[in-house]
Amino acid sequence: MAELICRALRDGALDGEHAPALTIKDSIDSPFGPHVFNHVLAQLSANILAAKSQSQGLVLVASSQSPSFYFDLLKSRGNDVASFHKWLRVLDCYTDPLGWKVRLMACGSISSRSPEASNTVRLCTDVRNLDNLSLSIMELGRELVGQGKGRFSVAIDSASEMIRHASISSVAALLSNLRSHDQVSCAFWLLHSDLHDVRVTAALEYMSSMLGSIEPMNRPANVQRGNSENLSLFEQNSNKGKFHVRLKRRNGRVRLMNEEFCIEQSSIKFTAVSSEDGIISQGLVPKVQFNLQLSEKERIERAKVVLPFEHQGTGKPIEIYDGRQSLNESSTESTNSSSAEKVQTNQDPGKGEIIYFRDSDDEMPDSDEDPDDDLDI
Amino acid sequence: MEVWVRRMGVGKNGDSGLLPDDDFGLILGDGESGLLLAGGESRFTGFLPWQCIVYIWSLEGTAMENGGSWNLLDQAIGPLIEDPYASRSGGSVVLIEDCVETSGAFVLHHLIKRSISPLPPHSSPVLLILVSFARSFSHYDRILRKMGCNVVVQRDNKRFIFLDMRKLECPEAMSDGDGGDTFEGGLVDLYGKIQKAVEVSIVNGGSRSVVIMIDDISLLEVAAKGSSNHVLDFLHYCHTLKTDFGCSLAFLNHEDIYSSTERSNLILQMEYLADVVIKAEPLATGLAKDVHGQLTVMNKRNFDRWKKMSYFHFRVRENNVEYFYPGSRT
Repeated sequence: MAELICRALRDGALDGEHAPALTIKDSIDSPFGPHVFNHVLAQLSANILAAKSQSQGLVLVASSQSPSFYFDLLKSRGNDVASFHKWLRVLDCYTDPLGWKVRLMACGSISSRSPEASNTVRLCTDVRNLDNLSLSIMELGRELVGQGKGRFSVAIDSASEMIRHASISSVAALLSNLRSHDQVSCAFWLLHSDLHDVRVTAALEYMSSMLGSIEPMNRPANVQRGNSENLSLFEQNSNKGKFHVRLKRRNGRVRLMNEEFCIEQSSIKFTAVSSEDGIISQGLVPKVQFNLQLSEKERIERAKVVLPFEHQGTGKPIEIYDGRQSLNESSTESTNSSSAEKVQTNQDPGKGEIIYFRDSDDEMPDSDEDPDDDLDI
Repeated sequence: MEVWVRRMGVGKNGDSGLLPDDDFGLILGDGESGLLLAGGESRFTGFLPWQCIVYIWSLEGTAMENGGSWNLLDQAIGPLIEDPYASRSGGSVVLIEDCVETSGAFVLHHLIKRSISPLPPHSSPVLLILVSFARSFSHYDRILRKMGCNVVVQRDNKRFIFLDMRKLECPEAMSDGDGGDTFEGGLVDLYGKIQKAVEVSIVNGGSRSVVIMIDDISLLEVAAKGSSNHVLDFLHYCHTLKTDFGCSLAFLNHEDIYSSTERSNLILQMEYLADVVIKAEPLATGLAKDVHGQLTVMNKRNFDRWKKMSYFHFRVRENNVEYFYPGSRT
């Protein structure tokens, strides 16, 4: 499913349509949003570099990690540093988001460290002003693809940070403008859903054609910490989780998919969710060391076993009066069986025989009825 | 000849299996110059003369040669200052959450002691900046003296900077240009002081590693006139010091002063920010004479190297704190 998302972002927007947008949503129970974000970012940049994607460049708005973190990340995925300036621009909202450092440098409190000379990074010192932010994103994008028909992608590493500094309506306006812009191929952003009201999360979800939500494998029923059962749940959730994807088509069709992921040393691995049957049988059968269920072969073999008390038939049809057949049938059958018995007796007179007539299903006596009522005492 | 270094904790004091990967390494050499083998599982193939000395040392504080070893809390937290040979991501962010029944101050004291206690030779000294909104210098001095650590000496050696912020009040109604009022002025100055101290220490070639501690966030919020947004801005700027200078951060906060129905935004944001979250709580099963509370440590760093969840009990004594697994004391 993560593949599907990356493909959708790679394919980009159709003319006259909004650019596809992805919201990656996590919560503190499974705070792996950044891992998924980095995965999507790395995949998209690989596609851009291989010229497989519609977009020719990427503008990254970095507010929760420094630009150098992302350079290291992309470097570790085998991208060439020298080529960054051709396809990547970073709007640095991390280093000095509110202009404190500029203010302190101006009054000489701290030494002015010249930022790394680079045309890839642009510093933003007022993240509260979303109009400027939006303008900067567009300018950086145009630096990459020019004024023509070329398109670029936009990645926002923390929509939560943006919402903290500005109102939801202005953030929504910014994202909406991005999506409807002619030169934007796709956009994706990360959101910590538990930091915001439901309506804020919903507003951003409405604006995205894809939603990837990250959930823990198991939610503890009782939030009380220190419980050893909960502790093992937390341990289980500490590097694994579920990845739910919701895709909205243009015609309104919604597709839901599930996947599981596992965090490894430097990457994230997605695996298809284990089959439903597996989950159910695992759920019902208690976990014991021995096998409680039969395999198909064992089941067939069990059916073949002849129990010692069963009538063997000896090649003839088995005829036992079970007391429930009609009188006529039973009379004919009884004559048949008696003749058969006679034959048997004739054949082997030395053997005794027990003839057992099973009781018919008598009705149980009512509790207030005297069972000896018919006795003439 | 091949030498294997594994996380066996082969120390002179006979420790075994307790030291985490990252915190010990192996030097082969004649005592002066040596060949460094990284911590964890490393292999050295080459000529090894009989006379060579094998050093096994830990990167931080308690060198194994001194007979010291990490307690349960240290093992759960891992190195406070990131292994300088491993990555450039710098230090880590440690968040201590406590509640009114169980104070988490002892964890902070432990981290103070661990940061400024004498280091093994050849390692760069650590500078500790303690921003205190809660207590005076003499309070920390008294407690740490009992724990065997003299902060006055460390202050004179320029390895300990104490910023007394008990009187900090953010000036009212500073205009931020858009007509909105902010109280962030005081916090900007405080941040300026911290960055200045870090710069001076690093530029002068003194300490290469810096640890910044804040005691505690709730009083910082009070100083910021209750604006958790400004507290978060301040913490964000502190976080940039981690990226720029490799500083480590440790914050103490109270979990139960926020609304119980919905977890506070501030607490959640801090948990997102933190690499290690330590929760100090009263004993879940009730009161006990020998157990003063329980600690849960969640370590989000280095997925393969550190235990992600640790849970143990503690008992605060006069001079130290005992940490032990539940049920291991009768």
